[in-house]
Amino acid sequence: MLYSKTARAVAVAASKGVACSELMTYFYKSLCHHLDTIYDEDEVLLALAEQLGNFTMLVGGPEYVHCLLPPLESLATVEETVVRDKAVESLRKISQEHSPVDLEVHFEPLVKRLASGDWFTSRTSACGLFSVCYPRVSSTVKAEIRQHFRTLCSDDTPMVRRAAASKLGEFAKVLELDYVKSDIISLFTALASDEQDSVRLLAVEACVSIATLLPQEDLETLVMPTLRQAAEDKSWRVRYMVADKFSELQKAVGPEITKNDLVPAFQNLLKDCEAEVRAAAANKVKEFCENLPEDNREQIIMTHILPCVKELVSDTNQHVKSALASVIMGLSTILGKDNTIEHLLPLFLAQLKDECPEVRLNIISNLDCVNEVIGIRQLSQSLLPAIVELAEDAKWRVRLAIIEYMPLLAGQLGVEFFDEKLNTLCMAWLIDHVYAIREAATCNLMKLVEKFGAEWAQNTIVPKVLGMANDPNYLHRMTTLFCINALSEACGQEITTKQMLPVVLKMSNDQVANVRFNVAKSLQKIGPVLDSNALQTEVKPVLEKLATDTDMDVKYFAQEAISVLALA
Amino acid sequence: MAGPGGGSSDVQWCFSQVKGAIDDDVAEADIISTVEFNHTGELLATGDKGGRVVIFQQEPESKNQPQCRGEYNVYSTFQSHEPEFDYLKSLEIEEKINKIRWLPQKNAAQFLLSTNDKTIKLWKISERDKRPEGYNLKEEDGRYRDPNTVTTLRVPIFRPMDLMVEASPRRVFANAHTYHINSIAVNSDYETYLSADDLRINLWHLEITDRSFNIVDIKPANMEELTEVITAAEFHPNQCNTFVYSSSKGTIRMCDMRASALCDKHAKMFEEPEDPNNRSFFSEIISSISDVKFSHSGRYMMTRDYLSVKIWDLNMETRPVETYQVHEYLRSKLCSLYENDCIFDKFECCWNGNDSVVMTGSYNNFFRMFDRGYRQDVTLEASRENSKPRSVLKPRKVSTGGKRKKDEISVDSLDFNKKILHTAWHPLDNIIAVATTNNLYIFQEKLN
Repeated sequence: MLYSKTARAVAVAASKGVACSELMTYFYKSLCHHLDTIYDEDEVLLALAEQLGNFTMLVGGPEYVHCLLPPLESLATVEETVVRDKAVESLRKISQEHSPVDLEVHFEPLVKRLASGDWFTSRTSACGLFSVCYPRVSSTVKAEIRQHFRTLCSDDTPMVRRAAASKLGEFAKVLELDYVKSDIISLFTALASDEQDSVRLLAVEACVSIATLLPQEDLETLVMPTLRQAAEDKSWRVRYMVADKFSELQKAVGPEITKNDLVPAFQNLLKDCEAEVRAAAANKVKEFCENLPEDNREQIIMTHILPCVKELVSDTNQHVKSALASVIMGLSTILGKDNTIEHLLPLFLAQLKDECPEVRLNIISNLDCVNEVIGIRQLSQSLLPAIVELAEDAKWRVRLAIIEYMPLLAGQLGVEFFDEKLNTLCMAWLIDHVYAIREAATCNLMKLVEKFGAEWAQNTIVPKVLGMANDPNYLHRMTTLFCINALSEACGQEITTKQMLPVVLKMSNDQVANVRFNVAKSLQKIGPVLDSNALQTEVKPVLEKLATDTDMDVKYFAQEAISVLALA
Repeated sequence: MAGPGGGSSDVQWCFSQVKGAIDDDVAEADIISTVEFNHTGELLATGDKGGRVVIFQQEPESKNQPQCRGEYNVYSTFQSHEPEFDYLKSLEIEEKINKIRWLPQKNAAQFLLSTNDKTIKLWKISERDKRPEGYNLKEEDGRYRDPNTVTTLRVPIFRPMDLMVEASPRRVFANAHTYHINSIAVNSDYETYLSADDLRINLWHLEITDRSFNIVDIKPANMEELTEVITAAEFHPNQCNTFVYSSSKGTIRMCDMRASALCDKHAKMFEEPEDPNNRSFFSEIISSISDVKFSHSGRYMMTRDYLSVKIWDLNMETRPVETYQVHEYLRSKLCSLYENDCIFDKFECCWNGNDSVVMTGSYNNFFRMFDRGYRQDVTLEASRENSKPRSVLKPRKVSTGGKRKKDEISVDSLDFNKKILHTAWHPLDNIIAVATTNNLYIFQEKLN
């Protein structure tokens, strides 16, 4: 860090002409030397690579920006990927500052050198630089650049071919359409049939960019054969990529091809033999259906997609079911009320009873979509046992997740349903064995009070909370205090003063010091809600007593409360 | 590629160098545990029980001595692994280097993976021959200058210095194996590698240390049903999706990573049916495969079990295409070899550069070469007695019958403490590295 900041300082301090050449020579040599040096020098190199990208003005403006090229060229050959990538990023940035002449005289030769470098690290970096210099150079140089890119696409080492494949889309975007058709398509097809899986799967990404660039009528001949091949590739990782990029592909190829090609392809992915692929496809079900052309959307979904979805509900792999559960509810808005009740509702109910808790949670978290279409009452019969089971799951993270959905559910199900069925659950969480659950339950109560109001709180939950103050377990007595902390503001001054305060003050005599010092903290928290009379006559004496407690922590927190509440 | 003929019938081997201590008192830490040439053969790495890695570099061929190829001299030595203690299980973790694998060269520096029982490390070995002088804030000896005394700014310059070779750990891949790692193998995609322990195989990305994917898991739900463990694993040299793993029951399974994410189901299983005539109490133990290596061409693979070396054609699962007996005379001695634990020795094997000859070690510091084309084999010895420079190695013979000829050695006189477990063959030339307990011998083809 110090190194690159010093460098910046030196550049600023020295005169422009001198700083440029001498300093850059030093940097260049320093890098040749430091490149293969010990340990954390990588962080220095990374910082240097980043800073050099911003050095244009410091070396005297765009006329001198090419001075920055030698050190960045060195950095672009380092074996540490993050440093190389940062150097390429900086080179891309400063390429914009080069005039077209400078691009041809300085920048493009750099790219050429990197592209013909001995070490594959320099050749991979070259791949990231073609697209930034292409637009503004002459047509002879453009031809050279295209040639270099072609060579790198068939490089011996997979790393370079991977780099070329990942930049294919970006390069295609800056090429003239004719060259896209003549050059890029053949490169794309070659990379999509590479023997290395890791190269083929990158070609899938390029497919999206290329398809967007070509006119609709050319897609069928130039892109679709390769895409079909990818969707049926022997390697599951390539098919996974297709599934993962499905929505982008759908947008790129347009409605006609979607109907004829992508729908059957999507069906196959949903039925793929590898669970990872099925899960990736399941994740895209809602998006895919939403983006189908409106005129026959419903028919396509009902005939082709829904049968596959039904199969997935009983898939053997839990990740597949879980992925489906996170999106399946979204189908109800697309299909409308009648179809939802007849076809989707049984699926929701089945997933609500799934043995895997994550599946059940994913259904519950998306209930609002269904609520819009058919109203949640339809589900409530099945919903309740599902919620109860999740609330009592042996794994605390599952219990935590359901607590977090409780305010949402309460809002959708309404206050009567909540009081009848869910209230006991919320209270039970307050005395869970796991602290994280007790804490979340307290927060949950606060959100419920915000939703249902102070009066509801006073009638239903405050008595129960205050009742815990007499529990033989000190952790439960402390939970009362934490609840009071959370609820006082929402409940308001009257409830806090008349009902909560007496309980808090009484606990100042508790046997357990932890309870006593939490009393002090509670008083500090609820103080602002109370009126000054209560503060002076009731709170102050108790705090003063606690300030003379035998326990150090009790004394400390009491004194802190006194000073924060300005009661001294 | 290899020399004339390439087969051992034409080649005469002579002593070139020996590395390591001369005295017979072997320090445990110096026991060599792995030997590996890099992809050009210019570098030779050894790992030892003390967790150290020593790298030798071949000198460029000199005009003065046209009869031999360059000698190997120490290039770098570093401590790769330290002994550790697993607090949870109250077990020591040995620092012994189990395997070294070189990565293909990416730039001027060299990279290798080294592993002990639990942790794999990626090491970078680089050269430095210049250093900067003329800092503004530091004196030449490193002391900091008082900033108030700095009145002018100067740009530091570089001066040459003596060559220094530095090794630095770039990645540490830890905490992924419950059992002892026996193999690591680099994928032809230059991006991933696998590590195998007794029951599981994990796939790593060279850049990512906090995550690995489990691709094979043969741990049974009930450990009492355990009958088979993984003994070695290797990636195919060209096909990025194919790897094999061998087991203690003498089977080799080939898996295709394209077919599914978890490769518990093998694509092919190579197993030779047992010869009923040779059945004994020890059959299963000696069928355990200690090493598996693909040929450079990728068409064949070689396995080493206790008594033999087998060559398999990847297209035929039912039996090997070639079988070579390494030391068949030991078959009648299995009982005593069991008692002194030698029956559990794990011998490695290797191919020469054009896959025409295979080599493996044996006892009494003998090692064996089998020429596949000429169907000839030879036994040679690595010992200090034969260590005059450029002296040709004489073939050795073990006598099995009653009558022992002169120059032969009887089975009962073999020293079972002198075992050659690790051997390596230069990828291009006829140069071999053979490790005895604590010495590394380098032999070369006799050039006229």
